[in-house]
Amino acid sequence: MAVKSRGRWLVLAIPYLWLVALFLVPFLIVFKISLSQDAIAQPPYEPIFDLSAGWEAFKDAFSQLSFENYSYVLSWDNEFIEAYGSSLWIAGISTLLLLIVGYPIAYGMARAPKSIRPTLLMLVILPFWTSFLIRVYAWIGILSPEGLLNQLLMALGIISPDAPLQILATNTAVYIGIVYSYLPFMILPLYSALEKMDDTLLEAAADLGCPPFAAFWKITWPLSLPGVFAGSLLCFIPAVGEFVIPDLLGGSDTLMIGKVLWTEFSVNRSWTVSSAVAVLLLMVLVIPIVFYQNLQAREVEGR
Amino acid sequence: MRKGLSWFNVTSIALGFAFLYIPIILLVIYSFNASRLVTVWAGFSTHWYWQLFQNQQLLDAAWVTLRVAFLTATIATVLGTLAAITLTRYGRFIGRTLFSGMVYAPLVMPEVITGLSLLLLFVAIGLDRGFWTITLAHITFTMCFVSVVVQSRLVTFDRSLEEAALDLGCTPFKTFFVVTLPIILPAVISGWMLAFTLSLDDLVIASFTTGPGATTLPMRIYSQVRLGVTPEINAACTILIAIVTVVVIIASVMTKRQEMERQKAERLAAAEA
Repeated sequence: MAVKSRGRWLVLAIPYLWLVALFLVPFLIVFKISLSQDAIAQPPYEPIFDLSAGWEAFKDAFSQLSFENYSYVLSWDNEFIEAYGSSLWIAGISTLLLLIVGYPIAYGMARAPKSIRPTLLMLVILPFWTSFLIRVYAWIGILSPEGLLNQLLMALGIISPDAPLQILATNTAVYIGIVYSYLPFMILPLYSALEKMDDTLLEAAADLGCPPFAAFWKITWPLSLPGVFAGSLLCFIPAVGEFVIPDLLGGSDTLMIGKVLWTEFSVNRSWTVSSAVAVLLLMVLVIPIVFYQNLQAREVEGR
Repeated sequence: MRKGLSWFNVTSIALGFAFLYIPIILLVIYSFNASRLVTVWAGFSTHWYWQLFQNQQLLDAAWVTLRVAFLTATIATVLGTLAAITLTRYGRFIGRTLFSGMVYAPLVMPEVITGLSLLLLFVAIGLDRGFWTITLAHITFTMCFVSVVVQSRLVTFDRSLEEAALDLGCTPFKTFFVVTLPIILPAVISGWMLAFTLSLDDLVIASFTTGPGATTLPMRIYSQVRLGVTPEINAACTILIAIVTVVVIIASVMTKRQEMERQKAERLAAAEA
């Protein structure tokens, strides 16, 4: 029995400790550094807690912590608040677009004959396995002023050769990039919700004289809501902090917090300000994240 | 009645798949373009592929990336499977909410936050950044994906099989390897593959946690992409797409065959009983 329980403990302890050490502790460090000041040193912030220096030094270091970085980030003079707002806006619009694009596809897949469903599912997942960076990169060649989309439109005579559409380096390109890259994340939860639906419900509605469209709103849509929520959160939360898409497809006026954090970190080299930006981003996202966790726990653990 | 597909269903599936695949197909086609101008078609050529194989920097980066991805996938699969077992088999335990939170949060956590926090950890404990820090970071976020994939298999699993083995005096350790693991193996394999491709693919977390001497392929591609679209990058991307496609198709055929064999065995067992 003792052996059994020790084994049981190990199975739990190994992944638990790993995640505490490499997921939870790093957040505490980010929080601590967000209260520190930049310094020209290695590591480039102060104070540094050194337990070997004794209790007085520890207390002294503690008193040096301040909320200065937060007041800097939250001041209206700087662009941070706008960046948070515009990230939430871009992620929100993208999620809505994803829902509009993804729902009919998932719905069609769920109605397809059982024999071809696995193939359709694989075809949705396959682009997701290919590199994210490659998929974003592919759109640069399509959307640029001398790109394939403009060439096609010019060849068809829809636009004049002197006035190519400016899509690359605008927010439109960012929307296209997000919708394209995140589409499988939206389709899969929607599909799994729609696939479970009992067809006889729709038959009953039709027998009772309910027109198909009304039957959709009264039966299919409410039953697919768990998939709608899961898909939307799965797309919305990472999209808020997206960095690669706005960087490669967006323009200089595309303001997203993931890009701001990156710039603050790698160009301005302020670790303390980027930590404060990260902590605030996490605070903005904590409600959707907790909501998503509960949804996921119920779905996966079958509780 | 409406069992089949309506024209609306067919159109939405067709348009959806066109949207998903056309950009990738165009990218592949233009990797065979003879012209250096990416948007002007000047005839078929494999020139850029030869060019690619002489680009030592790119090859080095590819080698680093493959090593990181292999190590990551293997360790993350073990950790993720252990986490999945705890979450599906242990019932309530102290700290469960924290644990399940730590397993699900990385699935949606913006990469910039994960990357920054891990970097600051590595700096705080004075670990030299490079190959190993990238690997540690990748294991941490991919193990959560593995755990979700394996959990979904463990939930739908007939537990009486495990109980029977335990009742017959099999140790829990042996039960896992003889009964549980063979049944969940397809999920464990797809978890491994998911971790492998996620690691292969990652740019943001690797850029934060790397140090001098360890440049991964996405980092190399990214720095070139910023300078513009080139046929070499198209060729590199095409090779990556080809590898991933072949691996995914082989894996799905394998799991399908295994599933069919399992069903056949179950039918036989039911017939004998």
